[in-house]
This record gives sequence, structure tokens and C-alpha cells, in this order.
Amino acid sequence: MSEIREELIPVLGVVTDIRKDTPDVKTFRVVTPEGQKAFKHMPGQCAMLSIPGVGEAMFSITSSPTNEEYMEFSIKKCGCLTDWLHQMEVGQMVTIRGPYGNGFPVETELKGKNLLFIAGGIGLAPLRSVINYCRHYRDQYGDIDIIYGSRSMDDLVDFKEIQEEWCTEDGINVHLTIDRPQEGWDGHVGFVPAYVNELNLSLDKTILICGPPIMIKFTLQNLQALGFERTQVYTTMELRMKCGIGKCGRCNIGSKYVCKDGPVFRFDQLDELPDEY
Amino acid sequence: MLKIAVNEINRLFDAIAAVENLYLPVEKGGEVEFGAYSADAKVRLDALQTVKSAKDMFFPFSENLMKFHVEGKQISVEAAEKVNEEFVVFGVRACDARSFSILDKVFLADPVDTYYAARREHGVVVSMACSRPEETCFCSAFGIDATKPEGDVVTWVADGVLYWEAQTEKGAALTEKVAEVLAESDSAAVEAQQAAVKAIMEKLPLAGLDLSYFTSRPELEIFKRPEWTELSSHCLGCGTCTFVCPTCQCYDVRDFDNGHGIERYRCWDSCMYRDFTMMAHGTNRKTQVERFRQRFMHKLVYNPKNRDGEFGCVGCGRCLKKCPVNMNIVKVAKTLSAGGEQA
Ligand SMILES: Cc1cc2nc3c(=O)[nH]c(=O)nc-3n(C[C@H](O)[C@H](O)[C@H](O)COP(=O)(O)OP(=O)(O)OC[C@H]3O[C@@H](n4cnc5c(N)ncnc54)[C@H](O)[C@@H]3O)c2cc1C
Ligand code: SF4
Ligand code: SF4
Ligand code: FES
Repeated sequence: MSEIREELIPVLGVVTDIRKDTPDVKTFRVVTPEGQKAFKHMPGQCAMLSIPGVGEAMFSITSSPTNEEYMEFSIKKCGCLTDWLHQMEVGQMVTIRGPYGNGFPVETELKGKNLLFIAGGIGLAPLRSVINYCRHYRDQYGDIDIIYGSRSMDDLVDFKEIQEEWCTEDGINVHLTIDRPQEGWDGHVGFVPAYVNELNLSLDKTILICGPPIMIKFTLQNLQALGFERTQVYTTMELRMKCGIGKCGRCNIGSKYVCKDGPVFRFDQLDELPDEY
Repeated sequence: MLKIAVNEINRLFDAIAAVENLYLPVEKGGEVEFGAYSADAKVRLDALQTVKSAKDMFFPFSENLMKFHVEGKQISVEAAEKVNEEFVVFGVRACDARSFSILDKVFLADPVDTYYAARREHGVVVSMACSRPEETCFCSAFGIDATKPEGDVVTWVADGVLYWEAQTEKGAALTEKVAEVLAESDSAAVEAQQAAVKAIMEKLPLAGLDLSYFTSRPELEIFKRPEWTELSSHCLGCGTCTFVCPTCQCYDVRDFDNGHGIERYRCWDSCMYRDFTMMAHGTNRKTQVERFRQRFMHKLVYNPKNRDGEFGCVGCGRCLKKCPVNMNIVKVAKTLSAGGEQA
């Protein structure tokens, strides 16, 4: 039985870099003790990170699969484990297992499409992996539009990368917005759902959206009013998870386990399931 | 077919226990549960059912998965040792015997749960046909034959004799090891008992339970039935129904510091509990209506949908007997099938 992978037994990771993105989000770089990437993954897939004795939880792998050196996780401080992770220093070991979930269909349904990414707050984490993947294989995808909103300028995750890399690249249009006016901000002010209406979006886009449930709800309503179909919109779901492999029975939406059949769903697929999320 | 007189049955148990670890229904503190055999154990083969199901033998109530050593920033992980000795579970009834194949589809599906797999690999199931089904039994609704249960060996008790027949290679291997205490026999008594029990089964009040509604309608339609509110209105969220159930599979994972290191345990959990799906921003199942509906939708709708029509229930009747407010899967099934006319 030695060749069977022990799915619940994690491998070790070492935190090699910590970046403070916002007052409550930090991005952690993780490699194995040998300095390798812990495993291969696809954009939108997740991993279980743990500190023994504190807890284990699921996080999106925010770095792109095309990064062969390390994985990154952008983590919002909101409880036992995430508080602990925010206190740690470079060199701290964590445990890691994965990859889990289906990921975005970058090799199939998204190929050749004009893509519109819509993110709110920490919701950028899973989308960042797709964006950087598509940038790497630039000729395989059409135009890229990114709408990203957060409470304030200081709450934009990965602001440096957005400004220095995404904003400067041809064929990528970045539309940033913050909730309220702020000194030093000359960009757009207002909520994401309203911003979507102002942008004069062409209807040929395939949309990937992630953020707070309330933002998703109103943005989706506006997109549909503009003429987008639910079959054009993908999102990634967040439910309580313990196993990550469809066995602990915790993360289901109807007959689907989000950890295994998701976390990425198209809205027409969600329409067939109970709206218990 | 082989046999041994019931009044000599300890010879059989001693023979098994001499070569394997033996577990069987024993009475402790007035309740019958699967437990280890010993010379002074109060074996209760006559009890139709143990309080908790036999799933405990393969998917234990609580088990250690791994141990961590933490020193400063350093961590090391050590997987817990898995079961590596053969063991025999004796006296498993037809419903519980079927539950193993339902649990197999969860735990042996890719990626395999290696802890469960090790127990399944090393465990030999000796089942026991039912001679006295109860009013709460409805295994026949799931195509289970209580007169010839699944298992590596199947046994029958009729007229003071225990009959024994191996059904798998594992069962044949066990039979060889204990052959000296068993005598050859014809199957006349077993067949007579099977015919008599089948006649009783047909007349059981729940025998004709029709579950076709749950496999013929879309999950969303069943989910949205207004009757869920009334059905769940008395549920206390105590979780009893999930803990006694042979097919409930949900588990929690927790770490404990035992003073010598941190151990990560897995233990049974219940979708009937409030904190089961609690997240940093709240829970997606806010009231008991949602939690109650989840349990029964899982068994009656999601399971068959994902597993070729197989329900997540074996009709053991435990939840019918144990629910403090007298709610259960049969009431749910009948109410929803009847479109709400029946309460
Ligand atoms: C697929 C997926 C991807 C995700 N990706 C990311 C990501 O990229 N970045 C990110 O920051 N987050 C992500 N998350 C969310 C992340 O998993 C949670 O933030 C994390 O689990 C919080 O863990 P914690 O230990 O800090 O919080 P906990 O200490 O678990 O507390 C969170 C809250 O849950 C409740 N709670 C927890 N346990 C119990 C209990 N036993 N009893 C009662 N209440 C309890 C409490 O109300 C508490 O406030 C993702 C989640 C999923 C499912
Ligand atoms: S749901 Fe009730 S009757 Fe069905 S297997 Fe579980 S405990 Fe037994
Ligand atoms: S045993 Fe009865 S009261 Fe307790 S959780 Fe189950 S249905 Fe609710
Ligand atoms: S996290 Fe265990 S089933 Fe999805």
C-alpha cells in the first residue's frame, strides 16, 4: 500500500517571505524544506494549510502554476488559525496538502476568450492565479479586463503587482475602484456593481467573479441586465471544509461537494443546486 | 454448510479468538454494543441490534490520524500506525453488513482513506441472518435480504444450532482456521427459517416503503418542499440520529496537545449541529430546518444521485427508535412522497 498517497497527512512547508498587503491581509510564500514547490496545481485550486495544535483550513493558491519556484497564499485575518498565521515570521514551518478542487477551466472553456475578471477584496486571491496564468500564455487568450474594488486604497491586495505589471501591459485593462473618496486616490470611486454598468462592456466576454457574496449578487444582477448570460459567468465558492477530498461531508451544496466538484462553478450549474451558500 | 450447537458456541469464539482479534455484540451497562470478546464477556447474539452500528469497527468514533512534534519554528509529522492485524467482527446484521458497502463508496473512492482501507483489508465480517425482525425494520426497501446478509461469512441461528457458510475468500480462510469446531451440515433448517422470516418481512409495517419519489424528481424541487419546516419543527439538533446511523459518514478533524506532542484526531460529527458549517462570516445553514433537511436530502436524494441510485440508508430503524422527538427518515419519506397529506 506504500504507493497510495496518504491524503490527510500533510507535507511540510517553510514560509520564505511575508508581504503585508492590507491591514488584514498578508501574502505568504511557501516552499518545502528542500526549497521546492510542494506540488503542481491549476489556477483556482486550493490547499489545506495548518499549524499543528491551532487548526487546518483551506486557502486558494494565489500564485500562478507557471511560477515553478514557490506557492503564495493571500490570507485574511479572521479567526484562530489565520490570526496565528499573521503573527508568524519568515522561517516558520507550516503543513500543507493539496491541490484540491477543480480550478478554472483555463485549458478548455476559457481558451481563446475575451476575459473579464471581477474581484472584491480578498476575492482577488483565486483570480490572481488565473490572471497571471493567462498573462504567461498571453496568445492563447483574448482581451483581459480586470475590475477590482475594495473598501479603500489600503485594502487593495497585491497593489504593487497590479500597478507595476498588470497596468503596464498591452491588452490588459485594469479598472480599480474604492468605496469612498480618499486623499491620494485619483481613480474611480464607487461600488463594483455600479462600476460594471459604467464601463460599456462588450457582451462577448467570459467573466470570472470572486468576492463578498453581496458584491457577487448585485454585480451578477447588473451583468444580466446588461445582457450577459449566466453561462458566461464563473465564480468560486467558499464553504466550511475539513477534509478537502469529499469525505467529511461538510462542504456540500446539494449533491455537489465544493472541495471536490468545485470550488469553481458556472452560474447555470449553481442554478440547478439548492441556494444554500 | 457447517454448524455448531449454540450451547457450545464459546468453543467457536475461543477458536476464533485464538487466531484473530474478535469483536461481537456484548452487553455492558445494560446496552449491547460491539466489543472485544473475552471469556467473561456477556455475549448477546440474541440482540437484534447494537445501539450504535457496526461502522465503529471500520470507521471508529474517534481515531488518531497523526502526531506532530513542534520545536520553535520546526515541525515534523508522523502518521499514526494503521491497523495491521486481522480481526473478526461477528454477528453483524444484514442492514449493518450492507452499510459497509455504502461507506466503501465514500472512503475507498479516490483518494482512498487509508485508515479505513486498512481496517477493511484486515477485518473479516461474519454476518448473522435475522430470525426476528422488528416493526422498525425496513431493510427490504433497499433490496437487502435479511435472511442472507452480505459478509465474508454468513451465519444463521435456528433451533439451537448456529449454521455457518463462507461467502468470500476471506471467509473461507477464516473457516479453515476454525474448522475443527464446526461440523458438516445440510441446509434444511436454514431454508425453513429463511422462508418463515421472509413471510414475516412482507408483513412488517414499513416493508412497502416506496422511495421512488426521491429518485424521480429534481433535487431542487424536493429541497424546496414547504413540508421541511413542519417536519423539522421539533428536531432538537441532538445528533442522536447521526451517531447511531450505520451510513452517516461525516467527520471532524481536531488537534489535541497531550503533553508529549500534538495529535490530530478524526471523530464522528453531525450535520445536525449548529457549528458544523460555521465559517468566519457565519453559517450557510442558519436554522434547524436547513440542518435537518441536509441530513435527509443527503440520504434520500444526494446519495442516489451521485451513486447510481443507492440510498444512504439501510433501513436499520435505529433513528426510528432513538430520536427523542420521534422524528425519522420514514416520516420524512412518507410525508414528502405523499405530497404532504400524511403527517
Ligand atoms: C475553497 C476555499 C478557499 C479559500 N481561500 C481563501 C484565501 O485565499 N484567503 C483567505 O484569507 N481565506 C480563504 N478561505 C477562507 C479560509 O478558509 C478561512 O478564513 C479560514 O478557515 C478561517 O480559519 P480560522 O482558523 O482563522 O478561523 P476560525 O478560528 O475557524 O474561526 C472562523 C469562525 O468560524 C467559527 N468557528 C470555527 N470553528 C468553530 C467551532 N468549532 N464552533 C463554533 N464556531 C466555529 C467562528 O465563528 C469563527 O469566528 C477559503 C476557504 C475555502 C473554503
Ligand atoms: S437513516 Fe435511520 S434507518 Fe436509515 S440507516 Fe440511518 S439510522 Fe438506520
Ligand atoms: S435524533 Fe431526532 S431530535 Fe435528534 S437530531 Fe436527529 S431528528 Fe433531530
Ligand atoms: S471538505 Fe470534506 S467533504 Fe468537502
